[in-house]
Amino acid sequence: MSIAVLRDYLPLFARSALLTVRLGALGILLAVLVGVLCSAAQYFRLPVLQQLSAVYIELSRNTPLLVQLFFLYYGLPKLGIRTDPAVCGVAGLAFLGGSYMAEAFRSGLEAVDRVQLESALSLGLTNAQAMGSVILPQALSISMPALVANVIFLLKETSVFSAVSLMDLMFTAKDLIGLHYNTVESLTLLVVFYLLILLPISILGSLVERRLRYAGSGT
Amino acid sequence: MPDLGLEVLLKGRNLARLLGGLWVALRISLLSVAISIPAGILLGVVMTWKNPVTQALSRLYLEIIRIMPQLVLLFLVFFGTTRVFGWDLSGELSSVIVFTLWGTAEMGDLVRGALVSIPPHQYESAAALGLTERQTFFCVVLPQTVRRLIPLSINLITRMIKTTSLVLMIGVVEVLKVAQQIIEANRMSSPNAAFGVYLTVFMLYFLACWPISLLARRLEELWR
Repeated sequence: MSIAVLRDYLPLFARSALLTVRLGALGILLAVLVGVLCSAAQYFRLPVLQQLSAVYIELSRNTPLLVQLFFLYYGLPKLGIRTDPAVCGVAGLAFLGGSYMAEAFRSGLEAVDRVQLESALSLGLTNAQAMGSVILPQALSISMPALVANVIFLLKETSVFSAVSLMDLMFTAKDLIGLHYNTVESLTLLVVFYLLILLPISILGSLVERRLRYAGSGT
Repeated sequence: MPDLGLEVLLKGRNLARLLGGLWVALRISLLSVAISIPAGILLGVVMTWKNPVTQALSRLYLEIIRIMPQLVLLFLVFFGTTRVFGWDLSGELSSVIVFTLWGTAEMGDLVRGALVSIPPHQYESAAALGLTERQTFFCVVLPQTVRRLIPLSINLITRMIKTTSLVLMIGVVEVLKVAQQIIEANRMSSPNAAFGVYLTVFMLYFLACWPISLLARRLEELWR
């Protein structure tokens, strides 16, 4: 392994790591939003929306991100819907992640007995108060481990972004291997940068999980 | 009605080729699952041992495999071993190696979780009833563990199938690659083929995974 090569490659990998983090964060935020909407549609049994979100969840959970991205990036332009690779990557991540997030929220909401909602309402709390101070704090605490796992899962999934010509870490690694045959250096930096992204999130995640583990403590 | 490019599939043997590509991906995942499940059961049992050395080693293995994206692992095995050890692994063999390592880690963790989820009072009650250690394991622990594990391992199969789509990136000719070839070959006669063919691939993956997911969910509800 050559130190000089590592030093040369460092800025290239740093730049693509930044892209991975930026698009990943954006995609995850959107995924959380989609997840909240879908689980709300299911929790409140909204007609039509409930069925739509159920279909979406099945479609999204049972197909790989790579195939979803290929369809978004190469398929949709044929119908005149042309998107730029970054938008496509974020949209793909949100499409995939939305269903995982929805399932995480749903399991949290289901774990809180509906009797609690009814009791809160009969005590004179408004709908918003009952959700905000009774149901959601407990549901969130129960969903937290799944949410953290989903965030890490989605960050790892961004590794397929190179397939839609986004210059992420995988793209840079493959490109440099093809250009200079410095395979060992490229792969080392690839692993190091993924660790730099994923390890802090993983540690932070378990801290947050521990902090929020209060649901069910009284039972 | 816009041209969706679906007619390409009916030309020649295109649909059969696409299904053949899907079979390549399924074959890799089924082979990996078949090795991962027994290996993962062993790993899971080892992980419940109180020995600090085996605990540290199995934990390390699990964390290393699980923190890395599977695509990075594929690159490490496919490109890395060629460079470092001079091995010339085919894309398919590299994929099976990576997915087996990954599947073993995931399965091991599931087995460990299922084993430690049996509350200690069950062991004590079994001992109080005069069951030997072997009887406790086979008549008390195992039936409950298996029930908890079967839906989870079925889910692992769908995850494995979805993950095998990545093998495209190390040059294995699977369903997405065949789709690309079909689209390229028919660029002139059906310019919109990309839409129809990728939609078909999407639905093929869905049809491969959905029934398995449904089965897992049914079993989970049945055995809760």
